[in-house]
Amino acid sequence: MAIVARSSKFSRIMWPTVAWIVALIFFFPIFWMVFTSFKTDADAVKPEFLFSFKPTLENYFNMTENYDYWRFAANSVITSSFATILALVVGVPAAYAMAFNPSRHTKDILVWMLSTKMLPAAAVLYPMTFLTKNMLGIYDTHFLVIVVLCLINLPIVIWMLFTYFKEIPKEIIEAGKMDGVDTWGEIKDILIPLAWGGVASTALLCFIFCWNEAYWTVRLTTTEAATLSKLIEGNRAPEGLFFGRLSAVSTAAVGPIIVLGWFCQKQLVQGLTFGAVK
Amino acid sequence: MKSLLNSALGLTLGVAFASSASAQDLTIAIVNNGHMINMQKVAEAYTAETGVNLNWVSLEEGVLREQVTSDTATGGGQYDIINIGMQEAPIWGAAGWIEPLNFGAEYDVDDMLPAMRNGLSHEGTLYAAPFYGESSMVMYRKDLTDAAGVVVRDNDSWANIKGAAAAMHDPDNGVYGACLRGKPGWGDNMAFITTVVNSFGGAWFDAEMRPQLNSAAWNEAINFYVDLLGNYGPPGSEGNSFNEILALYNEGKCGMWIDATIAASFLEVDGVAYAQSPNAGNPVGANWLWAWAMAVPAGSPNADEAMKFIEWATSKEYIKAVADHPEFGWGSVPTGTRASTYAYPEFQAAAGFAAAEMAAIESAAPEATDLKPYVGVQFAAIPEFPEVGSAVAQEMAAALSGAKSVEDALAAAQDAADAIMKEAGYYE
Repeated sequence: MAIVARSSKFSRIMWPTVAWIVALIFFFPIFWMVFTSFKTDADAVKPEFLFSFKPTLENYFNMTENYDYWRFAANSVITSSFATILALVVGVPAAYAMAFNPSRHTKDILVWMLSTKMLPAAAVLYPMTFLTKNMLGIYDTHFLVIVVLCLINLPIVIWMLFTYFKEIPKEIIEAGKMDGVDTWGEIKDILIPLAWGGVASTALLCFIFCWNEAYWTVRLTTTEAATLSKLIEGNRAPEGLFFGRLSAVSTAAVGPIIVLGWFCQKQLVQGLTFGAVK
Repeated sequence: MKSLLNSALGLTLGVAFASSASAQDLTIAIVNNGHMINMQKVAEAYTAETGVNLNWVSLEEGVLREQVTSDTATGGGQYDIINIGMQEAPIWGAAGWIEPLNFGAEYDVDDMLPAMRNGLSHEGTLYAAPFYGESSMVMYRKDLTDAAGVVVRDNDSWANIKGAAAAMHDPDNGVYGACLRGKPGWGDNMAFITTVVNSFGGAWFDAEMRPQLNSAAWNEAINFYVDLLGNYGPPGSEGNSFNEILALYNEGKCGMWIDATIAASFLEVDGVAYAQSPNAGNPVGANWLWAWAMAVPAGSPNADEAMKFIEWATSKEYIKAVADHPEFGWGSVPTGTRASTYAYPEFQAAAGFAAAEMAAIESAAPEATDLKPYVGVQFAAIPEFPEVGSAVAQEMAAALSGAKSVEDALAAAQDAADAIMKEAGYYE
């Protein structure tokens, strides 16, 4: 008994300490980025100015005055939001069908969908440019970015939703059927309320992935639909990096998503641990 | 839910088709450097005068190249004007990826510095107009050399340069004898290293375009570079490129710096003096030549308007506009492009480095020679060079950091370069 008491006291101190250390390690790069964003480019590379320096907002003024930050930010919000909505609109019915009416090919389809993530993006750069620019004429439009972001994240969305839906007893859906609820009603009134945590965390993760996507958003846009990824890319200079300036742009780019994650952390944890303990 | 879906689709399609460019719009892809950022402000006057809207897209150098090549391969039209360097201009011109430039008599193309004009031309046709150009030179602290009792001369020997670095080196007081590029990259450490190798009588390739990194000249040059920077450079030099060294120099931590002439316009410490690049017996190729230039990609639907803008942005009139701009002045004008810039007394007064810069640019020798059978000083004007240069750059950084011996690094670099050149079909 005494051993149990000692070990639980040890655990009570040990695990939170480990958790704090791990959290600080993960948080450190973000802290460093924010910290550097308040230094001038010259101070940012001087080792003796690690902590003692005169804070400046110069990099943030430069970002808004010379680079039109708000236009890039608005494009990121528009494309990430609509791509997430579109992915859910397609993903929820797809995951529903596979979870509750599986065929003998369902598993193969799921694996095939995931396998599309294995294709190196650079391999289809030329066909994508040709198709969207020369044939469809939708290059550098929000529509294209939304569709591409949706398609990139659809496999993850369907897989996550499928996993959550599988946890819901089939009998509940069948009971709904017995009461005369149609398919749309089953999804809307039974499935989504029951798996709300999972749907919310899927949406949040999809939004984060869309927001952070850099390969296609940089290469399929020029001015009209360029997102924050392109703004960061444009601040990499040919003669070395301007660390202060780059840190400010990066802070302003990841800031909204960190704030969103902070407010939604309850849903995120709830969704990610959904069905983990039976 | 239905109404939400309808609004979503409506808004999506709305924003999708809202983006159509008018005939008076020019989309300009630029690299991120001070002169290009300044140009965006100065060009507001051009828009006011002509009504042409300028959309600036700032891109990282590698992404810019990738976007332009994929755009050109699909018929162009994405950009009306692009920034390219001296490495690409003749290659892309020969490939028909960029349009030949034809300007009116008022542009005075003969005022363009001959080295720049030649470097941006292919078979006598100009394909890109420079908005700033540079060579390399020694920027040293005369107060420190005087105190140490040493003298740095124009085209000095590397042995004397090393002696001067050793005399000024005082790490206990935070002063390092020589600050040089060490960060891996074909445009970073390899730009400087190539000039050192050239000055030791080495070259990247022989007449059959076989890499020569296993030659005695490379071995001698790299051993010298590692010795100089390793013993008299700041710690962590393998992470330093232009911007990092500029910060160190302005903090008074460098006795000398051999780098782009453009750096001189950013130096804020007192007592800086300039000298032409040193050599080890071969002055040809000891100082580099580079220009950032503007070109019109083939397939631009607004080629005529684009040409007009380039004509303005690289003209004498533009240089005067920067000088007269309330935010800038003569100290901020783009240099290294036109002889007339150096003739302005106001510029000479504002830029103490003007004469040294002009001399460095004029003495740069990008032409192919028996010793160096390719065009380019600190690069070879072949499409494969960025790949070769980047692979070799990693090995040189490894040698500098001590992770590899110079001999091992050069052997690995030779193997990597040989594989790339063989793969490209230069030889079997």
